[in-house]
Amino acid sequence: MVQVTELQDMYADMVTARHYEERLQEEYMEGKQPAFDISAGPIPGELHLAAGHEASGAGVCQHLRDDDTVTAPHRPHHVAIAKGVDLKRMTAEIFGRESGLGKGKGGHMHLFDPDVNFACSGIIAEGCPPAAGAGLAAKKRNTDSVAVAFLGEGAIDQGAFLESLNFAAVHELPVVFVIEDNDWAISMPKGRVTDVENGSQRAGGFDMPGVRVDADDAVDVYEAAREAVGRARDRNGPTLVEVQVHRRMGHFMGDAQGYRPDEDQEAAQARDSIERLEADLRAAGVEDATIDDLREAAHERVEAAIAWAKDQPKPDPTAAHEDAFVNPPSGVTDTEPEFELAGGDD
Amino acid sequence: MAQTQEGVVERELTMSRAMVEAIADEMREDEEVFYMGEDVADYGGIFDSTAGLREEFGYDRIMDVPISETAYLGAAVGAAQAGMRPIAELMFVDFFGVAMDQIYNQMAKNTYMSGGNVNVPMVLTAAVGGYYNDAAQHSQTLYGTFAHLPGMKVVVPSTAYDAKGLMHNAIRDDDPVVYMFHKRLMGIGWMPAPDGPKTPVPETDYTIPFGSADVKREGADVTIVTLGLHVHRALEAAESLAEDGVDAEVIDLRTLVPLDDETILESVAKTGRLVVVDEDYRSFGVTGEIVARVAESSLADLEAVERVAAADVPIPYARSLENEMLPATEDIASAVRETQ
Repeated sequence: MVQVTELQDMYADMVTARHYEERLQEEYMEGKQPAFDISAGPIPGELHLAAGHEASGAGVCQHLRDDDTVTAPHRPHHVAIAKGVDLKRMTAEIFGRESGLGKGKGGHMHLFDPDVNFACSGIIAEGCPPAAGAGLAAKKRNTDSVAVAFLGEGAIDQGAFLESLNFAAVHELPVVFVIEDNDWAISMPKGRVTDVENGSQRAGGFDMPGVRVDADDAVDVYEAAREAVGRARDRNGPTLVEVQVHRRMGHFMGDAQGYRPDEDQEAAQARDSIERLEADLRAAGVEDATIDDLREAAHERVEAAIAWAKDQPKPDPTAAHEDAFVNPPSGVTDTEPEFELAGGDD
Repeated sequence: MAQTQEGVVERELTMSRAMVEAIADEMREDEEVFYMGEDVADYGGIFDSTAGLREEFGYDRIMDVPISETAYLGAAVGAAQAGMRPIAELMFVDFFGVAMDQIYNQMAKNTYMSGGNVNVPMVLTAAVGGYYNDAAQHSQTLYGTFAHLPGMKVVVPSTAYDAKGLMHNAIRDDDPVVYMFHKRLMGIGWMPAPDGPKTPVPETDYTIPFGSADVKREGADVTIVTLGLHVHRALEAAESLAEDGVDAEVIDLRTLVPLDDETILESVAKTGRLVVVDEDYRSFGVTGEIVARVAESSLADLEAVERVAAADVPIPYARSLENEMLPATEDIASAVRETQ
């Protein structure tokens, strides 16, 4: 049974993530109107916002520790926030600043915070194999840490995902795969390209449990993830969890969504996992004032992170030449050994 | 062989034995080193890259994996980012296509994209090369492809001595290293090697730095720059050229990333003539890169330049066809004569 403090933690994560995405949308559109120019404004490049996905990140990460590994896809902010990624440095990275997580070299699809073992990748399903590798490392070291790979429903037809399911299953790795089903792979509704009704059915082909959380309800996600993460932590192998979420915004900012029926967009706005969780909090006896305080604190945290990020210096251009390697190019040595080899070679 | 003397290394190993010796030594020293690949446990690697290791280290550390290069190369990336030191093998480098995202979008870029906050201390081993009629999908070297994409150190040993020292450096390095071993150099019973790659190898561990080319033969008249199998072909060509009074210097690059410009430039300053020999495709590759670097830095030193490389077609099957498109010893000798 979920504790009240856990409901409050999830709520804080979710309202932080929602406000974060709404504020980033505002910042992103600065300088990009009236004519949309993707490279203009304080946040350049693509921006994939996760409003409507919050329950998935919060419900799963509630069970994770800093030593557990998470890989997220191109829509990563809500997962990063729930995993405890440094919000200020993450925001600085999104604004392309020197003190960002990747010194401005990664951007919003490539956020790495080794302090909490979080990484994300902009290539569909390609976070799955490294998550399996983190699980493999945990198994080899005989620790009880786990790894979680988040992916979208559009990724379930990718080889990297399917190969990783098999790899994790055959080696009984402590890995949880979490499909966030928001119904749309950019403009492609899943029914047109995937011949199973639900992604969780994929588990059947790999002899692992597959569960689906139909409503994007944080408590339901929490319960499903408790079992899946617990199974991994107890060294009983991988689980596939699918969560129905909703895409409240375009695939990327600037996406006019002409392909998407009005009623689908309205339905996504109408169902809100945050309102649901507020009702759960009230039902658990949490006062409205406490809920307001949590929301207020989350908003302040987001505002502080954005203000801090925008105040950070931009990278020195010459830094572009650094960080391809951590060791010197020569490896661990700069000197040749001296041996006298028979025959005169070397 | 020379008389046994104090301090002289007599023991000769094949390149595969030398490579395996370095891996075994590192695995004994560090529990975090392990090897993943197809047919690496009971088989010992199709090209002897892990021969005998399963017997000592067991299935947990010499791991046979599903035929899922994306999954297990990616798992190596994840384990490396968790601080382990995996070695993952592509049975043939030609199979890179099924897993290239993990190689160049994850393994090679995560360090940079994280601003150096994450590192990927893994070795990707891959068998390369042709000259045994295995046709277009099993004969390439792809040296230029891997060296072109930033974020990977690229190692190509040509002798047992180099193979061991470069492998020690590769495993201990905190960055991703692609270690490309030529099938024809390994000393496999069913694929005879030329004489050159079997060399004396010290029993102790030692590291050879990356970015340090080796002058395998000193000469005054022409500089031959090459790597891998063609080090031995260039040495053979140099012997026949010597009979004609042409004294060739042979430089073995040993690593493509980083590249030892200095040794090449010093040699060209001496000889004035440059021949670059590569088993990879001619266009947009190693030969063009070496020539460009010499031209940029020392144009005045250059009196003549020749390139010897694979023709720009897929590698054909029939012997007569493969021989036509891959560079042979005689091709090197005639290219050198062109410069004289």
